[in-house]
Amino acid sequence: MTVTDLVSYEDALASYDPVMGLEVHVELGTKTKMFCGCATTLGADANAQTCPTCLGLPGSLPVVNAIGVESAIKIGLALNCSIAEWCRFARKNYFYPDMPKNFQTSQYDEPIAFDGYLDVQLEDGEVFRVQIERAHMEEDTGKSTHVGGATGRIHGASHSLLDYNRAGIPLIEIVTKPIEGAGERAPEVAKAYVAELRELIKALGVSEARMEMGQMRCDVNLSLRPNGTETFGTRSETKNVNSLRSVERAARFEIQRHAAVLSSGGTIVQETRHFHEEDGSTTAGRIKDNAEDYRYFPEPDLVPVAPARAWVEELRAALPELPRVRRNRLREEWGVTAHDMQSILNAGAVDLIVATIDAGAGSAAARKWWMGELARRANEDGVELSALAITPAQVARVAALVDEGSLNDKLARQTIEGVLAGEGDPDTVVEKRGLKVVSDEGALGAAVDEAIAGNAAIADKIRGGKVAAAGALVGAVMKATRGQADAARVRELILEKLGVEG
Amino acid sequence: MADLIKLTAAETAAKIASGEVTAVEVTEAHLARIEAVDEKVHAYLHVDREGALAQARAVDEKRARGEKLGPLAGVPLALKDIFTTQTMPTTVGSKILEGWIPPYDATLTKRLKDADVVILGKTNMDEFAMGSSTENSAYGPTGNPWDLTKIPGGSGGGSSAALASFQAPLAIGTDTGGSIRQPAAVTGTVGVKPTYGAVSRYGMVAFSSSLDQGGPCARTVLDAALLHEAIAGHDALDSTSIDAPVPPVVEAARNGSVQGMRVGVVKQFRGEGYQAGVVQRFDESVELLKSLGAEIVELDCPSFDLALSAYYLIAPSECSSNLARFDAMRYGLRVGDDGTKSAEEVTALTREAGFGDEVKRRIILGTYALSSGYYDAYYGSAQKVRTLITQDFAKSFEQVDVIVSPTTPTTAFPIGERADDPMAMYLADLCTIPTNLAGNAAMSLPCGLAPEDGLPVGLQIIAPAMKDDRLYQVGAAVEAAFVEKWGHPLLEEAPSL
Repeated sequence: MTVTDLVSYEDALASYDPVMGLEVHVELGTKTKMFCGCATTLGADANAQTCPTCLGLPGSLPVVNAIGVESAIKIGLALNCSIAEWCRFARKNYFYPDMPKNFQTSQYDEPIAFDGYLDVQLEDGEVFRVQIERAHMEEDTGKSTHVGGATGRIHGASHSLLDYNRAGIPLIEIVTKPIEGAGERAPEVAKAYVAELRELIKALGVSEARMEMGQMRCDVNLSLRPNGTETFGTRSETKNVNSLRSVERAARFEIQRHAAVLSSGGTIVQETRHFHEEDGSTTAGRIKDNAEDYRYFPEPDLVPVAPARAWVEELRAALPELPRVRRNRLREEWGVTAHDMQSILNAGAVDLIVATIDAGAGSAAARKWWMGELARRANEDGVELSALAITPAQVARVAALVDEGSLNDKLARQTIEGVLAGEGDPDTVVEKRGLKVVSDEGALGAAVDEAIAGNAAIADKIRGGKVAAAGALVGAVMKATRGQADAARVRELILEKLGVEG
Repeated sequence: MADLIKLTAAETAAKIASGEVTAVEVTEAHLARIEAVDEKVHAYLHVDREGALAQARAVDEKRARGEKLGPLAGVPLALKDIFTTQTMPTTVGSKILEGWIPPYDATLTKRLKDADVVILGKTNMDEFAMGSSTENSAYGPTGNPWDLTKIPGGSGGGSSAALASFQAPLAIGTDTGGSIRQPAAVTGTVGVKPTYGAVSRYGMVAFSSSLDQGGPCARTVLDAALLHEAIAGHDALDSTSIDAPVPPVVEAARNGSVQGMRVGVVKQFRGEGYQAGVVQRFDESVELLKSLGAEIVELDCPSFDLALSAYYLIAPSECSSNLARFDAMRYGLRVGDDGTKSAEEVTALTREAGFGDEVKRRIILGTYALSSGYYDAYYGSAQKVRTLITQDFAKSFEQVDVIVSPTTPTTAFPIGERADDPMAMYLADLCTIPTNLAGNAAMSLPCGLAPEDGLPVGLQIIAPAMKDDRLYQVGAAVEAAFVEKWGHPLLEEAPSL
């Protein structure tokens, strides 16, 4: 890998003002492809989900997937865009072996959605408005696997394998207007934007938007201009940045790289850049001058899309509560700080906590379990919180058992451990492991009497007013009951029996 | 048996239905005719002897079981080699698809099979339907049965020649700028370009998507109508397919009349470049229409003078994109794949060897016309002309029910005469192109032989979009009047081969 000269981030920002443009491709979760009836399930055998249309065979024709259009409109509405009354698909002509027709059916100067914005909230609660240029519909390409080379790239490969299962899967491309004024927070804004967009897409139910699966892919365009100037500098396009962290790192790296080039008197080449996860760097891809010519023209095989206004309004009315609004509402309802809310969001716990509350738990208890014991377990196991083998309803049941006094904190943790280990639901685990708090006053009284008798010296100290010494007796009782007693009640009983006020 | 090949499709179907002949006998008669004459004519690129006989046998068995037969059951047909067929190669007249057997049937192929039409084989055509003479076929030219040294029209010259040489009573063509009507005109047969969207394009290899339209070819107006009805109708696989009932074309063909109709004559459709004999037969046709009770209205459609130029920007532009998929990667010809060359080099070598000159010319022209910086001047302007032509038609159809013109400015020209002069070749479609640009319907039918060369002249009838039935109503009346005047159908004057 070529070593790239960088200047420090602080030095870069001292002289230059970053301008970003973010292009995000979202693969829709439709059951069938954008222009044919082929299935879209992941993991099928290569080329098993293809037909004459998505293979681009001579004579084949496309037919628009209505759910694809509906999803595009929903995304447009959620991004506060205008929805076109009439728009067309266009052919983007270029050659690539994994593109069956050697043109991509896309949209050009008539996108389905345009002129919107998305408010994104930074970690400290500040809201930054990102202007949206457009959202348009298009189809994905197939997938090439380059075999025989060292890098997996086409150079040096002996041959390439082509899988067209992905060809024709609906994509929505969402393009921002130039993002100006973010200054040193530009990388953070980029990350927050992509994160917010991902939440939004998920909330709309149009895609799972899993970046690690390629269901959401981001290109980061970045340029610098000297502080205090207006004209944009030459941009680089860092392609396929596929995690939130990488979006932030790519923006940061490019700011430092551009600054190094510019401050040493060099010029930025308009090119694509590859992002490298391992060290957060980018390397040069292909030169992209403005002469690149896709020879767009309206797709003659498809009729224009003219969504009825009534339908658009119906979709608008049915939009779910948007993620940021919902988060702020929940934050207020739960009475937590912005910082705590961000942690909950980062942990992917919002929906789990809501579901646990819906299943009857108090909000504090729901947060405590998901952000405490369960977050720790997920972290240990290296899985998403939602992938743990426990349901919100089960967590709510544990919380209820604690509330009614059947479990104490320690027993509750053991119960959860049992559920995660697949021993059954909380009640079964409690039953099987015999975890119920000893609440039989007779048995507890006997255990207290025994502890007092066995620790006469301590008992005397307590009688003498050293109430703090009661802890030792509580410990003895807890030991005798193998932790299954309610410690607070034990303490009460000890003080009562020794005739001392707590 | 010899008589079976001279029957119309309607007569053939009736005889099969009544049991007077079997579908197998009819098919065998045509296969024998192909065997006897096609070496000279070269109408077919592929004859599916076994497939055709199997289809015919199925029809006879159906009849034996007492099942009701459709109006074209057992009638043989010649299919232009541009529609995909699972059991036959589909070459589109190009080397680049030599030997390609598609994994799917075109909607039209399916509908023909569902109608129990017997598909004899695939017919010759200009490569990718680009041409007006069938000389651009990568598999050699087709002769005009009236004079084998003359062109049979194009791009559907194989289909028109098959009809005119009695190698099939029905054929399928496609019409992007006149490829059904011009071949019909120069061979003395009937061809119809239905309204754009009437016949599904699914499985029809695309040349220019916004202009291409499949349609029926036959020797009589009624036969064309029967075939039209069998292949037209909405298809969910073609987004541009019309979702409305097929106009009553068969009923119209059975009730020919022009009494009280207003018939337009466009002043732009004559003048320089029109052969005297063609103009003479056309003028006689107008007189005939008058005598049959039509009112003749003179029309001015100035935009039609720009049609040819607009067409030669739009069609190549779309073709440059449609033909991009022929890259040697997934199907068809592959040249230079010896393990030493890159995919890009293999694609280039394959296209160099697989595409003919006319195809290359149009790809280059279209690529240029769509380029950034030229798009507005070329493709954009052409689309504006298209709008003007549509408006001229709309204004005209406020005044008239149909428009008539010569189908093509000249009769069949000698093979080789215009092969090196693309501009001269393009002029053959002068009268047919406006209809493709506007998307409405038109028919060509014989209106006599030009006195100077004794070759057929075609009369074009143009109707508004979705009013395809008017073509058949007028066509049937004209046809009946001419047959009465001549004492026999025109094709009886064709030389026997």
